[in-house]
Amino acid sequence: MEKKELVVELDILGSNKKIAAEIREKLEKAGILVVNLLSSPGSGKTLLLERIAEAFKPNHRMAVIEGDIETERDAERIRRKGVPAWQITTGGACHLEAKQVARLLPEIPAESKFLFIENVGNLVCPASYDLGESLRCVLLSAPEGDDKPKKYPKAFVTADCLIITKSDLIPFVPFDLERAGNEALDINPRLRIFVTSALQDRGIAELARFFIERRVAMIQRHA
Amino acid sequence: MHELSIIASLFEILQEKAQEQKATKIILVKLKVGKLSGVVPEFLQTAFDLYKKDTIAADSTIEIEAVPLKIRCRKCRAEVLQDDFVFICPACGSTELETLEGTELFLEKIDLEI
Repeated sequence: MEKKELVVELDILGSNKKIAAEIREKLEKAGILVVNLLSSPGSGKTLLLERIAEAFKPNHRMAVIEGDIETERDAERIRRKGVPAWQITTGGACHLEAKQVARLLPEIPAESKFLFIENVGNLVCPASYDLGESLRCVLLSAPEGDDKPKKYPKAFVTADCLIITKSDLIPFVPFDLERAGNEALDINPRLRIFVTSALQDRGIAELARFFIERRVAMIQRHA
Repeated sequence: MHELSIIASLFEILQEKAQEQKATKIILVKLKVGKLSGVVPEFLQTAFDLYKKDTIAADSTIEIEAVPLKIRCRKCRAEVLQDDFVFICPACGSTELETLEGTELFLEKIDLEI
């Protein structure tokens, strides 16, 4: 019997990263901007997508992949807005992986301009998995508190944009908008911040415009 | 708690490497885990010990090297270890920083019996 030391130096998530890179290349070339939405459960991801669908209608076709532990509920809500949606139920897993997105790609209508992926509600695990997105957005709802960015740094460090949701509740809950913004910018100075209220239709048009601009920039990059 | 998923991915690599080397046993697995990797070393350890049963690594131990977050300022070139995730250069205040170390989740080496 011989003992051998084998130096490997491999990224453990390398196979996920490889699939994600393939998704990104394919969809960017097809003119589809992929947006990965991360947040804790109940922060308003689905309602935000419903509002974005209304803001985009009828000029900007979108498709949605919904990730949840169980049920088709979120995909059904999105479909009621006339948007094609697929539900991935993870059966307990706390995040989506790139291979689950890759399996659905043949179903995404070619005329789509945006593919939104609503990750499983969790501010920790989804942050480690690249899904092939060109834009990563983290949502923080006012009732969750303004101290979350430093408590969950990975999600905020890896995000391109922070969407504060339920801003209509700010007068009623201990949430300091400036503190939340500053804390997030401390750990990620490049973060674009949007303040929204889906119920009062605030900030939705600005956010929709931002997605459209990012898609135009993506297309120019590939021209 | 996605450490079990990470360990499942690790075992895909371990099995592939063991087969390539025609190994009969894996005795040591060494990982490098960055502070900003998003995983907790302690939970990786627990997940590894659960997962290894009835595999080629059943009798192995796992060693995890924790890697601190190291950043470099693009303006003044200062290199600093950053513990509190503040991405502002302590020397010149610039926010133009690059991460040098601390995001890795690496399988560094394996000790095998052949």
